[in-house]
Amino acid sequence: MGGRLLAVFLCLATVGLVVIGTLWPVPAAAAYAGGNGAFTGSSSTPEEAVNSFANDLSHLAWQKAYSTLNNKGEFTEQDFVRDITGSYPSLRTYATLDNFQVRPLHASDNEAQVELRLRWSTVVGTFLDTRALQVVKSGDRWAPVWPIVKEPHVPPEVIPVTYLRWDVIYRGPADDWGAQDVEAPHVRIVDMHPVERAAGVVVLGELLNEDVVPAYVSVKATLLGKNGSAIATGDSFDKISHLLLPKQVTPFLITFPNVSLSQVDSIHMDPTSSLVAASADPVIEIQNQKLSPAPDAYFTGNLVNQSGQNVSIAHVLGTFYDQSGQLVWVADQYTDRALLPQTPVAFSIPVPEDLARKVSTERAVVATYSPGGFQ
Amino acid sequence: MSRTFSLLIGIAISAAAVPTLAQSGNLEVPKSVVAGSAFSIETQGSGQGVLYIVGPGQVLKRDVQLGQPIAIAAGDLDTAGSYLAVLTGGSSTETGEFDVAPATKPASLSFLAKPSRLPVGLQNGISGAVYVFDAFQNLITAPTPVSFQLSIPSESVQSRTVESHLGAAWTEMNSGAKDGNARFVAQAGSISATRVIQQVPGDPCGLKMNAKKVGGEIDLETDPLRDCGGNAVTDGTIVTFTESWKGGQTTVDVPVKHGIAEAAVPAYSGARISVATGVVMGNEIRWGSQ
Repeated sequence: MGGRLLAVFLCLATVGLVVIGTLWPVPAAAAYAGGNGAFTGSSSTPEEAVNSFANDLSHLAWQKAYSTLNNKGEFTEQDFVRDITGSYPSLRTYATLDNFQVRPLHASDNEAQVELRLRWSTVVGTFLDTRALQVVKSGDRWAPVWPIVKEPHVPPEVIPVTYLRWDVIYRGPADDWGAQDVEAPHVRIVDMHPVERAAGVVVLGELLNEDVVPAYVSVKATLLGKNGSAIATGDSFDKISHLLLPKQVTPFLITFPNVSLSQVDSIHMDPTSSLVAASADPVIEIQNQKLSPAPDAYFTGNLVNQSGQNVSIAHVLGTFYDQSGQLVWVADQYTDRALLPQTPVAFSIPVPEDLARKVSTERAVVATYSPGGFQ
Repeated sequence: MSRTFSLLIGIAISAAAVPTLAQSGNLEVPKSVVAGSAFSIETQGSGQGVLYIVGPGQVLKRDVQLGQPIAIAAGDLDTAGSYLAVLTGGSSTETGEFDVAPATKPASLSFLAKPSRLPVGLQNGISGAVYVFDAFQNLITAPTPVSFQLSIPSESVQSRTVESHLGAAWTEMNSGAKDGNARFVAQAGSISATRVIQQVPGDPCGLKMNAKKVGGEIDLETDPLRDCGGNAVTDGTIVTFTESWKGGQTTVDVPVKHGIAEAAVPAYSGARISVATGVVMGNEIRWGSQ
């Protein structure tokens, strides 16, 4: 008898939740479900107008999104699309809108301020694009004013460069087995430091290419327990600059979730390197590096591409040291916009609050990716 | 294909012949012959017979006339190792064992030189290992003198002679003081093999930069980068310039071009500018009030 009642209750509750979800879906859920704005297409309030606009963005309905803007006379639809997806190939070009949040900041009868947080999803993680939108009332509708960010345009020109480049000829299949092959680059871990965090053990360190040739590097670490057995093995994945030019140093970070430092007796480090063809360009200058103090600590700066080629994606790795020069933390961020020659692009890397209080000095390195890989 | 087939037949026959060894007479074979050389096997009796010679990687089959010596021509048996000869004829089977030894004259060398690239001034940094082979690619196990020579441009030649042990000889050499390509030669008899060892500069020594103001920026330029032995540091080596001022920092990693590294950073009064490459620090400049 009790079981039947429970079954009936569960059925009714399920039907009720389906009806509620259908009539009043959360915007992100509606977008994820492939809604076409029917649920959030209303513009009777500032939030609804921005919700509808963001929903159009999530469906790549650029024309529809553009048509809802109040200030579309200030820029073309192409300018709007370039603002969203990037004028040049970059992380934005290959991103999809994962979710969005709309936060009202201020409202009056005819005007409102709304913060739109667009979280874009990419192969290297998500990035956040936060825009403060003014929303104005036009008749009985509200329409957002898009704060367009026009990417600088690089005029057509020829920039002569005399960049250094390494090419490699490896031994061939016809060579005698005793014949020489090109030597793998010599790399060395110059610093290594395990840290216990809430999520587990983190192994931080720095790797130096002490050779005169470029190296493709990676670092693997194995945590060993008291009895010498391996607890866990992990590698630096993308928390490292994989391409190291001669005498270049990269930080690395390896995370071991759900492992306590008290379990660890020793750590076996295994840096690997292989010789790759590479170019010394582009050179990226990192200007105005600053660490804003905790709380809400961020490592910020501007990347300036000093070379003549566009850089599609830049990966900034920040290394943080305490007063004694001990490595404290490694954090990273990918830039979502392409680095054009001599055009600053800002980066902002969050630093955990407790660690930020210990930081005395910091250092940044940049790895760049452009079509054609290391060539 | 036919050789493989013969090998299989030979192995089968020799396997069958071994249990009957006690019942059969011994074949008179030389105890040892040199790989590739001619020799003969005496036989007894009369009539027709078949001789099988089975060894590592090689099998011979001959129809023979019993009572006549069997001639094995030069080059017929060229793989070193232990062999079994089986002579069948009539109702008897004779067997004999002998060794084929490698020739003593080296004909080729396998020369392993490591590393192919290393910094200057490294004690015992270069190792060379040689395997000595005869004309039929048999490892010559008899002691053979092998000489190693490392010649570095504008430096004296390092040379050593080592006697091989069970076919292998090895040595260690120091890298020279000057960068460049060193020739590493191993020689046994009249046969030699050459490897090239690239000697590269060591870490920079006395890294020093200069600064001058150009417009709103500071142009930074290092003196020509050299290691402690005076060798020019390789182009492409990364030099890091760091400018720190109150509340901010600018860094740039630039490759050495034509022996120097240069960069431009914003001019901030009171900024401290440092230079480093790898783990080597250079001088520091304090940019005065402008």
